Amino acid sequence: MYQGDRFDFEIILTMIRENSKVLDLGCGDGELLKLLKEHKNVRGVGIENDEKMIYACVSKGVTVEHADIDEGLPDFPDKFFDYCILNFTLQETKKPKKVIHEALRVGNEVIVSFPNFAYYVVRFYIGILGKTPRTKALPYNWDETPNLHYFTIKDFIEFCRRENIEIVDYKGFTGKRLVYYKPNFFAEKAVFLLTKR
Amino acid sequence: MVIELVKEEVFGESSPLGITETKFFTFESLQLESGEVLSPVTIAYETYGKLNNNKDNAILICHALTGDAHAAGISKETGKLGWWEIMIGPDKPFDTNKYFIICSNVIGGCKGSTGPSSINPKTGKPYGMSFPVVTIKDMVNAQAKLIDYLGIEKLFCVAGGSMGGMQVLQWVYSYPERVVTAIPIATTLRHTAQQIAFNEVGRRAIMNDPDWMGGDYYGQTFPANGLAVARMIGHITYMSDLSMKEKFGRKLRNKEKFGYDFEAEFEVEQYLRYRGESFVHRFDANSYLYITKAIDYFDLGDNKDLIKKFYNLKTKFLVISYSHDWLYPPYQSKEIVKVLKYAWVDVTYCEISSTYGHDAFLIKNQEQEHLVTHFLSNAYMNLKGEN
Repeated sequence: MYQGDRFDFEIILTMIRENSKVLDLGCGDGELLKLLKEHKNVRGVGIENDEKMIYACVSKGVTVEHADIDEGLPDFPDKFFDYCILNFTLQETKKPKKVIHEALRVGNEVIVSFPNFAYYVVRFYIGILGKTPRTKALPYNWDETPNLHYFTIKDFIEFCRRENIEIVDYKGFTGKRLVYYKPNFFAEKAVFLLTKR
Repeated sequence: MVIELVKEEVFGESSPLGITETKFFTFESLQLESGEVLSPVTIAYETYGKLNNNKDNAILICHALTGDAHAAGISKETGKLGWWEIMIGPDKPFDTNKYFIICSNVIGGCKGSTGPSSINPKTGKPYGMSFPVVTIKDMVNAQAKLIDYLGIEKLFCVAGGSMGGMQVLQWVYSYPERVVTAIPIATTLRHTAQQIAFNEVGRRAIMNDPDWMGGDYYGQTFPANGLAVARMIGHITYMSDLSMKEKFGRKLRNKEKFGYDFEAEFEVEQYLRYRGESFVHRFDANSYLYITKAIDYFDLGDNKDLIKKFYNLKTKFLVISYSHDWLYPPYQSKEIVKVLKYAWVDVTYCEISSTYGHDAFLIKNQEQEHLVTHFLSNAYMNLKGEN
């Protein structure tokens, strides 16, 4: 079993079936794909826009394509993958709605994780301190953040309802603990498993 | 050894591979795509490193339009460094401590392999334009004979840029079982109208040179002017707007003011003239015609057919393009990647940002070195794990 620090990886590892085909959108340095290959024997491909990250992927032996997911995934036929993963990627895309629908088109199921903007510490920063939040999940200064969209667990559930996307499962967590009670308030981050009806 | 060291000093170049020698392999005949038969066929080739006992560490390097078999080390004949010295050698990406590297001159060429300047055994004179038209597929089939001769069943890797990349793709197409990994760089699945157009300008320059004489200039005046112009236009397409700006700008050569005449006063003019003139000393005009034609004919096939053909292919790919390459722009590499992805082939793709144009793959850059080094060592580890 996975022993590392990343609780999001741990949750995603439990969500993905063995021997499945996985596309990781915004795969970064390829760590998750490497773990998925080791633990779940997946056939995985990453897409990443940052050239430096491509070199990190190649060092790890992770298969990666240099591309911008905001331009869609026109190269892939429908339901080409068992899973598409958007692990802390969606909030950095220009058009999250388009990206998520593209992911649902090429993947049978989609895993989305993101920092929850309604986490109580975030609320404290805005509501009490009157400042842009800086937390473990949102570590950047406002002027340097790659995040283009801020949304909450509640927002995302509403979005899925509106877009006819079925939420198969979702988990809120803070640090290395799952949050069952009022996750929109107590969870720092969330992972959703989605499918299109 | 002593002699080699002395020679190295004389040549003023140094390479960890030392002096390397071109070898020759001749076989009886080759059936060409055009229907004609080329006979006999000689292939000039060089090798670096050692073939291991399992014969699973061989890498074939394919050269571009004006390249040759001398990819690395110091040439015994010319004293020059190989054209991909930056990539081949001990502890370099194509690591000669680990791999056995082969590079051969293409047929139709003029660097030792059979081409239009070779003697036609039927007439006792150089072939000239009676040399049959060859294609990229023919070049690869000839290389396959060499690989057979060297006793290698499977190539661990086939790699090359530009026309070399076309040969890489053709290798995988023609001999999918024989290629473990493939590295096509700055190349395309098929030559486009613009690419054909540039080649045609080059060919017209040569064929309109009065010294060309229908290709029968051997032993007489060489069509140097035509070939030089062809090289000049080629060179423009190998650079980028940005790299030319950085390298030359509007600088004048050895003067402050315009001369209001047609001397080569801009540095870029001088550079292109120099490039053109030095090229004619090392390349045959007819070979330029034949090889550019082979490139123009290159079309691996319709995307849909290619997807079918490559479906579940075991060969692993590393596809590399360069951001400022406008001769073989990144979108053409992306198309290769697209076809391979559809076919569920394992393909890694990187567009390296560089201010250089098409020739960036021949210029030392850490990104390319890093990608090739790690891609190969991971694949080699997997290969060893399977055995």
